[in-house]
Amino acid sequence: MELTCIVCPMGCRITVEKVDGRLHVSGNTCKRGEKYALQESVCPMRTLTTLVRVRGGEGPLCPVKTREAIPKAMLEEALGVVKGVCVDAPVKIGDVVVKNIAGTGVDLVATANRERR
Amino acid sequence: MEYRYDIVIIGGGPAGLAAALSARETAPEAKILMLERDKKLGGILQQCIHNGFGLHYFGQELTGPEYAQRFIDQLEAAKIEVWTDTMVLDFSSEKVVDCVCAARGYVQVQAGAIVLAMGCRERTRGALSIPGTRPAGIYTAGCAQRLNNIEGYLPGKKVVILGSGDIGLIMARRMTWEGAQVKLVAEIMPYSSGLNRNIVQCLVDNDIPLKFNHTVTAVHGQERVTGVTVSEVDPATRRPIAGTEEFYECDTLLLSVGLIPENELTRGAGVEMDRITNGAVVDQFRQTSMEGVFACGNVLHVHDLVDNVSNESAIAGAAAARYAMGQKAAGQVYAVKAENGVRYALPQRIVAGDAGKLDVYFRVDAAYRNPSVQVLCGDKVLYSRKKQIMTPGEMEKMTLDQGLITGDITVRLDK
Repeated sequence: MELTCIVCPMGCRITVEKVDGRLHVSGNTCKRGEKYALQESVCPMRTLTTLVRVRGGEGPLCPVKTREAIPKAMLEEALGVVKGVCVDAPVKIGDVVVKNIAGTGVDLVATANRERR
Repeated sequence: MEYRYDIVIIGGGPAGLAAALSARETAPEAKILMLERDKKLGGILQQCIHNGFGLHYFGQELTGPEYAQRFIDQLEAAKIEVWTDTMVLDFSSEKVVDCVCAARGYVQVQAGAIVLAMGCRERTRGALSIPGTRPAGIYTAGCAQRLNNIEGYLPGKKVVILGSGDIGLIMARRMTWEGAQVKLVAEIMPYSSGLNRNIVQCLVDNDIPLKFNHTVTAVHGQERVTGVTVSEVDPATRRPIAGTEEFYECDTLLLSVGLIPENELTRGAGVEMDRITNGAVVDQFRQTSMEGVFACGNVLHVHDLVDNVSNESAIAGAAAARYAMGQKAAGQVYAVKAENGVRYALPQRIVAGDAGKLDVYFRVDAAYRNPSVQVLCGDKVLYSRKKQIMTPGEMEKMTLDQGLITGDITVRLDK
């Protein structure tokens, strides 16, 4: 597979190929690029940042994130779960909004405070 | 005058917050007032719900609201008075600040020192002169971000984005995740001013096409946008090439085409401005041409990383506190010039006298591979370093030994 490295502004075009059953990285100019490319080709990970509805808060929404990165392939399912979530104010930064979202083993947590209105 | 403060900070976004805390650290007894026009502190960070903030400043990846809250939490303990819902109208060289305040009405505040931290705003359609009709559905990316992330309204369902600045890229992903269809990001330049990371994680991840050397040449629709015409441009002249027009059906056009420091107050007061940065001319303490008036953050020059805003604002806040307490920096003043591939360098002036390290920030005017950055002082070379790549989208920093600066200095590239 071909990908653009995001480790630094160079943006190297990296190729990952299977050679004799092993992954081979080329096009990178540093070790960090190799590590990134291998992770991307095996299981790309992303942090999901999005919004949930709030009942009785200052505004209609509260921003949330997955506490750690989750597999990119799970983003869609996780977004589907978030759609139906509504929390009650007050909300504090770090409060768990959804435990173990979409079975990833990672919690969805609030990233802002929302006082009760 | 009823209201007297040692330090008045105009703006309660990332720049104002860092300046206030740093002023408090420098002057534990000073009376400090922060003026903010919004109902809440934190500025634009409150709507930047994505992560990537704080890697340099806190050593961890935070979202915008989390980054802001770290500062806000410290404000109360630091005994900094905050007036929200307060709009500053002007200030004078005598450092009298005129403002209107929801709780107090029209108020004059006498300041010992002023820190300008008003941030920036987005360029709009008017600044681009895009031909076509004037229907609803044209937003700046940051306006759409506020509607979506704070107010809870999805601005549209079929979207074309003009400009590949970071906010535009972030909004491409946001709107996709909210169920909208982002059809295209068009960029007039042959490169993006956004971060690589955002191009990959916002566009590539969501199969959104990015076309360089393309721009919107017409907007269609009467009540609401019904589509836009996108044309290829000649990279040399940036003029549309006839015959390359393509119609994109959409109900929304987002603009992510640059930021302008919000300096009406600064200009009104008669502070000397820099025509390249659109901010004030400052020395290494971020003091402007008006004694006791300091500037920091995006109102001074547009930053890519909030971490750099916090660092710069800490310098300004500390210097404002020292000034208010009667310690004034004085000495020979040298100019910092930018040339040969360097668009600007900041600070634009250096007050001689200190022996320590001095950080100089600068941007290049185009993308360069393997350039060498040089700083010259007369015929002395103060600094020389090879770089693999430099782009206008990434602000660069270098550290100089201030003791070696004995005259005007020039920052340049050896291309």
